[in-house]
Amino acid sequence: MRYEEQRLDPHEIARLVGKAIGHVACALRPDVLAALKIAQAREKAAQEGSERACSVLSQLIENASIAACDRVPLCQDTGTVWVLLEAGRNCVIPTDIFAEVDAAVADAYASTGLRMSLVRDSLIDRRNSGDNTPAFCELALCPERVGARLHVMLKGGGSDNASRIVMLPPGEGLAGVRRVVVEAIVEKAANACPPLVVGVGVGTTFDKVATLSKRALLRELGSVNERPEIDLFERELLEAVNATGIGPGGFGGQTTALAVHVLTAPSHIAALPVAVNIGCCALRSVSLDVVPGKDKEESGPSATPGDHRRSATPGDHRRSAASNESGRTGSGRAERGVCA
Amino acid sequence: MSREPVRLDLPADHADLRHLLVGDEVALYGTVYTMRDAGHERALSYIDLHNRLPFDLVGQTLFYAGPTPPAVGRPHGAIGPTTASRMDFATPQLLRAGITVTIGKGPRSPEVVQACRNLAVVYLAAVGGAAAYLARFVTSSEPIAWADLGTEAVYRLTLRAFPAFVAIDTYGHDLYNPSVVLR
Repeated sequence: MRYEEQRLDPHEIARLVGKAIGHVACALRPDVLAALKIAQAREKAAQEGSERACSVLSQLIENASIAACDRVPLCQDTGTVWVLLEAGRNCVIPTDIFAEVDAAVADAYASTGLRMSLVRDSLIDRRNSGDNTPAFCELALCPERVGARLHVMLKGGGSDNASRIVMLPPGEGLAGVRRVVVEAIVEKAANACPPLVVGVGVGTTFDKVATLSKRALLRELGSVNERPEIDLFERELLEAVNATGIGPGGFGGQTTALAVHVLTAPSHIAALPVAVNIGCCALRSVSLDVVPGKDKEESGPSATPGDHRRSATPGDHRRSAASNESGRTGSGRAERGVCA
Repeated sequence: MSREPVRLDLPADHADLRHLLVGDEVALYGTVYTMRDAGHERALSYIDLHNRLPFDLVGQTLFYAGPTPPAVGRPHGAIGPTTASRMDFATPQLLRAGITVTIGKGPRSPEVVQACRNLAVVYLAAVGGAAAYLARFVTSSEPIAWADLGTEAVYRLTLRAFPAFVAIDTYGHDLYNPSVVLR
């Protein structure tokens, strides 16, 4: 079967990234907001010691509402910009595909009033770069799909600092991965603005496993992992993380994480690489299809992470799994309705 | 255990600090100064040279925060706590020099817990990731020094009913490490 060639344009990619930044800095992902509300109900139902947890969760839920209504950033740490472009088999990509992204980032940060949070060199020159550049861009070739998909995440420093990579001996298996995740939570969760979204990557190589764990954060909260054994493992990990009692804000409670997402991959016979990328309670990302010649709004950042069905294309397994879950996008719309 | 938020006026009176217990929710009123990573290095250099805190900070409160730029019609944009443990290298010295309250998020080093107890001062934790909400409790913002540090510059803020929790009290109780009792 042949597909029509899609030429990706650097200018269009930069435009979409810039628009996405202004949107996600002030609008909490609808799936994250829905998960906070579920957590609030659970903490309210708890018998004792949940006053602080309830107080934190109501602050976070009201924060989402204020940020969306007043167009104020959800968090003062408006992060580093991570761009992941997944190009399907019909895509033609010029080598300068990200050439205009930094200019779009600088413009979006200045015009939206976001914080400039990057230094020029991590070791030698820690003066502020002044415009939140550079963005950290990745291109993924995805021959299994048709069309291009763009992911944009603003990642805060506190939650990234709580992340880690461990090279386990393969014999440690599931129990070893579980230990790495729980240790990362026990040691660092309170610094990373819980309740957290925990991305876990297992496999590939030392350098690649971190990206795997970051990509795990993109999946919709509440969605079922299409691999039953991994779905079960995710539930076990979430239970173990929440059993730590660290709780919302780190002040104690039942909800240390809203979700644990696991992505696995092949690896060397001698290796079991594990990466844990911590996402904070203000996890900010958007995933959208890059659709040539379509109405700009449909391909733009108004397509929220939970809003997959409108833009569904064949060949993307994660979305087809998520699209079975109806009604999840409704919470986001209801929240925006409060402002009107 | 459940109590109404305790009002704390800043700069804080030592007698008021003695009444705070770990886990208490507090409502903060008055003046605080923002200072974070780069500012702490400069503050330590200043103390080394002059043997005192810069900008009359004796008795004052440090808020570990780097706000977003001002939004239209607001004194500032979003503002919230950053991770406090990154300031641990400097905090005992700043507390000895006269800081009485610090505000951030996350646990502190044993040295900071010990210093809070020895000097009868407190560490308060605010909610991270709620900076649009918290900004509503900041009524004014004024740059004081080190403007070259950008968002890390020192600002004087006025708070009104700013919500936080007592994370280390004057008795050395630690909300993040409840099993440890200092002697």
